[in-house]
Amino acid sequence: MEQSKLTTLGTQDSRLLFERSKRGKEAAMLPERAFPKEDLAANIPAKLLRKSEVDFPELSEPELVRYFVNLSKKNFSVDTHFYPLGSCTMKYNPKIHEDVAALSGFACVSPLQPEEEVQGVLRIFDDLAEALKQLTGMDAFTLQPAAGAHGELLGMMLARAYHASRGEKRRNVVLVPDSSHGTNPASAAQYGYEVVQVPSDERGRVCLAALEKLVSDRVACLMLTNPNTLGLFETDILKIRDLAHAKGALLYYDGANLNALLGTVRPGDMGFDIVHLNVHKTFTTPHGGGGPGAGPVGVVKALEPFLPKPVVRRNGTRYHLDYDRPNSIGKIRSFFGNTGILIRAYVYIRMLGLEGLRQASHDAVLAANYLRKKLSSAYLNPHNEYCMHEFVLSARDLAAEHHVHAHDIGKRLLDYGFHAPTVHFPLVVKEALMIEPTETESKETLDAFADAMLKILKEIEETPDLVRKAPHTMPIRRPNEVEAARKPILSSRDLKRDQSHNWSAHQP
Amino acid sequence: MSYFPLTKEDQAEMLETIGVEHFGQLLQAIPTEIRNPKIDLPPALSELEAQRWFQSLADLNATSKTHLSFLGAGCYEHFIPSIVRHVTGRGEFYTSYTPYQPEASQGTLQALFEYQGLMCELTGMDVANGSHYDGASALAESVLMGLHHTGRTKAVLCESVHPEFREVVKTYLTGTRFEIETTGFHPDFRTNLEELKKKLTADVACVAIQSPNFFGLVEDLTELETLVHQNGSLLILVSHPLSFGFYKSAMEWGADVACGEAQPLGISPSFGGPWLGYIAVTRALVRRIPGRLAGVTTDESGRRAFCLTLQAREQHIRREKASSNICTNQALCALAAAVYLASIGKKGIRRVAELNLERALYLRKAVGALKRVEAVTTGSVFNEFVVRFEKPVSAVNAALFEKGIIGGLDLVRYYPKLRNQMLVCATETKSKDDLDRFVSALKEVTA
Amino acid sequence: MNFPSDLKYTKSHEWVRKSEGSAVVGITDYAQHEISDVVYIELPKVGQKVEQGKAVSVVESVKAAFDIYAPVSGVIKKINTLLESDPALINKDPYGKGWFFELTPDRPEQFESLLARDQYEHLIKQEAKG
Repeated sequence: MEQSKLTTLGTQDSRLLFERSKRGKEAAMLPERAFPKEDLAANIPAKLLRKSEVDFPELSEPELVRYFVNLSKKNFSVDTHFYPLGSCTMKYNPKIHEDVAALSGFACVSPLQPEEEVQGVLRIFDDLAEALKQLTGMDAFTLQPAAGAHGELLGMMLARAYHASRGEKRRNVVLVPDSSHGTNPASAAQYGYEVVQVPSDERGRVCLAALEKLVSDRVACLMLTNPNTLGLFETDILKIRDLAHAKGALLYYDGANLNALLGTVRPGDMGFDIVHLNVHKTFTTPHGGGGPGAGPVGVVKALEPFLPKPVVRRNGTRYHLDYDRPNSIGKIRSFFGNTGILIRAYVYIRMLGLEGLRQASHDAVLAANYLRKKLSSAYLNPHNEYCMHEFVLSARDLAAEHHVHAHDIGKRLLDYGFHAPTVHFPLVVKEALMIEPTETESKETLDAFADAMLKILKEIEETPDLVRKAPHTMPIRRPNEVEAARKPILSSRDLKRDQSHNWSAHQP
Repeated sequence: MSYFPLTKEDQAEMLETIGVEHFGQLLQAIPTEIRNPKIDLPPALSELEAQRWFQSLADLNATSKTHLSFLGAGCYEHFIPSIVRHVTGRGEFYTSYTPYQPEASQGTLQALFEYQGLMCELTGMDVANGSHYDGASALAESVLMGLHHTGRTKAVLCESVHPEFREVVKTYLTGTRFEIETTGFHPDFRTNLEELKKKLTADVACVAIQSPNFFGLVEDLTELETLVHQNGSLLILVSHPLSFGFYKSAMEWGADVACGEAQPLGISPSFGGPWLGYIAVTRALVRRIPGRLAGVTTDESGRRAFCLTLQAREQHIRREKASSNICTNQALCALAAAVYLASIGKKGIRRVAELNLERALYLRKAVGALKRVEAVTTGSVFNEFVVRFEKPVSAVNAALFEKGIIGGLDLVRYYPKLRNQMLVCATETKSKDDLDRFVSALKEVTA
Repeated sequence: MNFPSDLKYTKSHEWVRKSEGSAVVGITDYAQHEISDVVYIELPKVGQKVEQGKAVSVVESVKAAFDIYAPVSGVIKKINTLLESDPALINKDPYGKGWFFELTPDRPEQFESLLARDQYEHLIKQEAKG
């Protein structure tokens, strides 16, 4: 076989497992049958037995290890690259988190064991919930949601249960700003709410005049991210709170951007009634290529009775699980949530303490403002004021003049060794480039990133095709996403059946 | 703090570049009356102190390493090859972001594509998604998919579906325009088809059944499948994924949706998560399936390239019209499952299913032969079955625990009528000696 | 861009070809251009009742989804099933093979609210400026 071509990110060898499979190979060394004389199939009615063969690939362990390790090298990751990815808080994931979560005292415990056998993990749940209450100013927490959007869905359920308990069944509208994350309207709609958008004003904040008109006794809640997705603190947050509460609407806090505020200001003190956190952002549990995360939800006292069951209770030094929650909305996930992720978050809180967490937020805000300052004279910044942990540039003029779009700039950054910023979001800024550096990047890295952004600007003027056709150094060029969506090939089986490509020609 | 690279000098220089005298100026948008709240957190720990502290908390838990465990009931102790943790422990995988930039994420995308393909192969279904939170929420989303696809308003759940799953589905649907109906089982845990027939009205969008069911019984779904489809409803089948190594696949039964908990595929119990919800569907439902999908296409130079596809179903594009609100999923757990299944391989998948089955059959026979113990799940099983004692399970389990054994699930927890009944699980992790030790311990504590 | 004079148009960029007791509906050249490569279309069901101005169909590109509205009220008579396997027809031939559905109008007076070619062209010039 030919040597596959090396790129700056792994090889171009994209053969799948089935294309590397050879009859008779095995990897996992399973035990022998303990009762080899038992004819199992004879014990079971034939109609229950599988007829088709499970056509799994056959490879040895060294081949599998090399396959997956070489795949890993085709990825950007926080361990290898800087991700200035707005609203995603891609910061360093401390290694001790992984070691603690992997301790057999946590990893090899069943959620069905009686509470007296799991006191250690129950204590972590209780301590973590207490720490989150302190950090957010909320009165009670559930750790059950498996992700931020899952927490939002729970928030919608809590809002409905709360209003229903007060005999208010007409509240079927949820307000979201036009700058909100896509999950906000999706979560509200998934639970059957009518979603109404609140426009932003020219300062990039919620338009108070519009909000005043939209808040009514039909509104169940107003979902806000603060700082918002432009990286701007909602200066009028206390007025917004008063407007919403005066009409009996609840205020929901999307915690995606909490990394800006730890120790500085709390959602509870801003007047929020329901809060979800993204521990894979703020408390730096790893993103895992898309998950798992965890989305604890905190509430004010009035909503506590509706939280999912069970709730951990401390009685002296013993911890108990309280399932006797007559007003609880029930459960939104089996058992207790993503325990292994929650443990990592708690390790982070314990390692940093209040001062460390506050410094994290301060450094994140400092880094964002530093990059904003360095880039906003070269790139258009429609809201150029002191930002919080992120800011948004616009490639609007570049698109008009040079036909180079925000996503092209993002792709070109890959060639410079930086992940793309969040592009074309928030929707309120045309050709948006949303940049969140986080607190775990050195000044040298921030400078190098700024330099790359400025170089790309020059390229756009001099050699725009270089940017339009980027990236040039990744294992692949831009994929044909139109073809992928028109004729979806979603499994190896689909690929084997696909006659429209001569796939073998693409092999090294 | 060691995670923060900015030095004092860096900070000073940066403030100067920004053009402010001190950091506080950057926070001017925050109303002063709510700034700097009083917060009470325990003091910071050094790494060494943290290692010791968390080890001490870990030591407070009984585990399948400190005890011999026969507890299953939705969370399973299975063999995990070392390769799984080494691959998922690669920083390039676990510290990477969602693969929205395909050129810089081919590793994650190709691995997800492998996962989808392996799950299709295992379940027999046409399309598997890139993961869901857990089995319970995967079932809830599957039920929603059935309701939306058919335009009908009612979902029927069999009572032998995992109680935690049913509770989650109920929570997802409470307060919406949809309804749930539950249908019961016979004393031998078979689904009561007569009862189901009565509940199959024209407004039923889908029927969810579990097999092997919560009591370990593998059900014959032939008649049920006909009934459900004659009614124009969808059939959702919840299964332990390894059971497909031996028993009929979801596709062979005629399911429209296969879903459940894929924790058994290389993922540790970890007190309930992170786990892996799987959802696999027929081609007809591909546009309805929630969550991310990796697809394959070509790049501009004609090379094979992987990318997320059919994204217009998802929340970041369709917002309030999305097929689901899911964003963050369980991608790293899907990677673990892909590595696990690839490692187990073609021969291994049948073998591991047989190992579970033979151990369960042996144990059921041995335990059932004890004087004061009776096997209740007498039909075909995979790795679990129910036994009845003459006394409460809590007493039996307490005595077993004294002998270093974590017993099975006390069914009273979920089914108050099923008194003195224990759901016992034996996977390939139990040797013949382990099984014999359990039998003799049980003999002593029930005597 | 091409806007045939024998068609009527809507502000939401659908076109209508009216004939005796029926109306064929699609999206304009301008709309297909704005949407870019169509990857999927969700068509209404035959026999479905539709109401003027209400969403009846969804068109997807790789990075966006667009609602298509009924230009007039009526009952869906026929749908263009070719689009399901070849959605690119919408881009290639928006007024021909790229038609969406045919309906039987039940309120013929609604045709008067539709735009003529000149009015529609004026509208999209305004949009391009805005």
